[in-house]
Amino acid sequence: MTTKPAAPAAHATSTARAAPSMPPVTKPLHGTTAVAVLASLAAASLLFLHPAAQGTSPPTALFWLLLAALGVAALWTIRRVAAIQGTRFDGVLTAALFGLWVLYFWQMLVVAFEVPRVLLPAPTLIVQSLIDNPGKLWGDFSQTVLKAVCVGWLLGSGLGFAVAVAIDRMPFLQRGLLPLASLSSTVPLVAVAPIAVMWFGFEWPSKAAVVVLMTFFPMLVSTLAGLQASGKLERELMYSYAAGYSRTLWSLRLPAATPFIFGALKVNATLALIGAIVAEFFGSPTVGLGFRISTEAARMNMSLVWGAIVVAAVTGSLAYALLVQLERRAAFWHPSIRGK
Amino acid sequence: MATLSKPPAASQVSPPGYRKVKHVPSAGSKLRTVGEHGGLASRMWVSGVPVAVVMVVLLLSWYGAAWAMNASAAVERVLTPAGNPFTWQDVLSTTLNMERPVLPAPHQIALDFWSSLVDWPLDSPRNLLFHVAVTGETTLVGFVLGTLLGLVLAVAIVHSRTLDRALLPWIVASQTVPVLAIAPIVLVILGSLGMEGLAPKAVIAMYLSFFPVTVAMVQGLRSPQVIETEMMHTYAATRWQALWLLRLPAALPFLFPALRVGIAASLVGAMVAELPTGATAGLGARLLTGSYYGNTLAIWSALVMSALLGLLLTTWVAATEHFALRHRRQP
Repeated sequence: MTTKPAAPAAHATSTARAAPSMPPVTKPLHGTTAVAVLASLAAASLLFLHPAAQGTSPPTALFWLLLAALGVAALWTIRRVAAIQGTRFDGVLTAALFGLWVLYFWQMLVVAFEVPRVLLPAPTLIVQSLIDNPGKLWGDFSQTVLKAVCVGWLLGSGLGFAVAVAIDRMPFLQRGLLPLASLSSTVPLVAVAPIAVMWFGFEWPSKAAVVVLMTFFPMLVSTLAGLQASGKLERELMYSYAAGYSRTLWSLRLPAATPFIFGALKVNATLALIGAIVAEFFGSPTVGLGFRISTEAARMNMSLVWGAIVVAAVTGSLAYALLVQLERRAAFWHPSIRGK
Repeated sequence: MATLSKPPAASQVSPPGYRKVKHVPSAGSKLRTVGEHGGLASRMWVSGVPVAVVMVVLLLSWYGAAWAMNASAAVERVLTPAGNPFTWQDVLSTTLNMERPVLPAPHQIALDFWSSLVDWPLDSPRNLLFHVAVTGETTLVGFVLGTLLGLVLAVAIVHSRTLDRALLPWIVASQTVPVLAIAPIVLVILGSLGMEGLAPKAVIAMYLSFFPVTVAMVQGLRSPQVIETEMMHTYAATRWQALWLLRLPAALPFLFPALRVGIAASLVGAMVAELPTGATAGLGARLLTGSYYGNTLAIWSALVMSALLGLLLTTWVAATEHFALRHRRQP
C-alpha cells in the first residue's frame, strides 16, 4: 500500500491554526485511509473472537503478535485520519476512532492479562452491569439527577439570574456583592453538604440545597457581566429612541447577555452533578448515584461503580450538548454562534 | 476569578485580559467611571464600604436566622427542663449560646475556631491547623503534579496533530463529566496496588487540576500571531527554541487564570478524597466526623477553615501571577 507521508500536513497545521482567516484545505477522506481504517477494524473484530480475547484460553504467542500488529495499525490509522485537512466532521472522526481503539485495547489487555475486576473491569463487564441493573441505576438516576440536580440547578441558576437583574440598578449592592461572589469560586462550597444534610434530612432536598448554593454564584457573576456586555453605541441608540430602563433591558441588554447566561448554565450543569454526587457521600437514603458509587466501591463491586459513573458521565455530556443546542436556538444571531 | 465571567465568545482569540479594568457598574443610562484614577480614599469608598455593608447585613441576618432556627430547640431542650419560668430574653441568649445548635451564631464559630487553634497542641486532631496541614499538603502535591501533567500534555498536543485531533476532544469533553465521581474508584485501585496515605489523595487532586491547565495552555501556546511564528522561522529557531522563547511566554497570561481554577479544584479534590477512605486527618475527614457526631460547631469551624485555605491558596497563585507578569500590565 503506497501512502504519501503525512508529515508535511502536520507541519502545515501549526501555521494554519494560528491564522484563522486562512480557509482550510478541504479534501475528502482519502480512499486508502478509509480502506485501512475499515480493514484494521475488521481485523480487530476478528481478533476479538479469538478464545484468548474471550478469556476461555490462555493467550498464545500468535495472539500477542496479532495484538501488537493491531496496535501499530491503530496508531497508524489514527495518524492518517488526523492528518486529513478537513471539516469539523473529520476531527470528530479522529476522536471517535481514538476512543474506539482505547476501548478495544482496554478490553483486550484486561482480559488477556487477567487483570482483577476490582482493579479495572473490562468494558463488556461494565456494559453487562448496565444491562443487569437497569432498575437500580434508573432509581439512582431519578433520585440524583431528576430530583436533586434538576431542582437545584433550576433554583440556583434562577435565583442567581433574578438577583443579578434585581441589583442591576443598585451599583452599591453590586460593588458589595460582586467581590464576595467572585471569592466564592475559591471556596470549596461542596463542604456545606454535612450541614445541608443536618438541616434538610437525608433525602434529595439537602442535595438540591447544596446544588443551589454551588450554582448561585456563577450565575450571579456571569449575568452581571453579561448585563454590562452591550456596547456603548447600542446603548446610546436605545437612548436616542427614548427607550426606558426596562425597554433597554428587555430589548438590548438581556439579549446581549445570553452568551454569558448560557456559559453559566453550562458550567452549572457540571457543578450541579458534582455537588449532588459529592453531597451523597456525606449521607443519603439507600438510592442515588453518589450513594451507589461509594457503597459499591466499599463492597468492591467495581463493575456497578463503573456503571454508575457511565450514567453520570453520559448525563453530564448530554446536558451539556442539550444546552449548546439550546444556546444556538436562543442566541443564533450572536457572532460567537454565527461564526461556527 | 474572572473565569466565571469569561464570555464564551471571546475565549477563542483574546487573552483573558491583562488590563486591570475596574468593574464599572452602570445604573440605567447613568454611566459612572469611578475608581480608575481615584486616590486610596475613593478606592476604599468604591469597593471597601459596599463590601463591608453587605457583610454586616449578612452577619445580622445570620444572627436573626440563628435565633429563629434554634428557638424551638432552646425552649424544648434547655429552658423547659430547667423548670423555671423564662422570658424572651432568656430564649434569645440561649439560642445564641447552645452547645449543639442547628445554626451556630457567628461568635460561637469564631470562639470554637480560635480555641481549636490555641487550646490544643499542633499535632492533636482537635487542632484545625493539623487538618489544614494534611489537606494543604495533598492539595499542593496534587496541584504541582497536575500542573506539570497539564503542561506536558499541552506542549505535546500543540506539537502533534494526531494528539490534537484524537486526545484534545476527549479532554474537553471530560470537563462536562462529574470527574469527582471517580474518586472512590481511584482510591480502591491505588489502594489495591498498595498505595496509601498521601498518594491516592494527591492523584485525585491532580486529575482535577490538570484539565484547566491543559485546555488553557493549548490555547495559550497557540496564541502567538502568524507574524511572530514566521519571525522565529526566519531566525531558524528550532521547535524547542520557538516553544521556550515565544510560545511559553505568550501562554503565561492564559496559564495563571487556569492555575487559580486548578488550585481551587485541587482543594476540592483533596477534601473529597478524604471522605470514602475513612481518613482521620484532613478538613474533609473533620467535616465527616463532625456530621457523624452532630457536632455543628466543629463542622462550621472546619468549613470556615477550608474557605480560608482556599482563599490563601488562590491568593498565593494570584501573587505569583502578579510577580511573574509585573512587566506586562498595561498602564
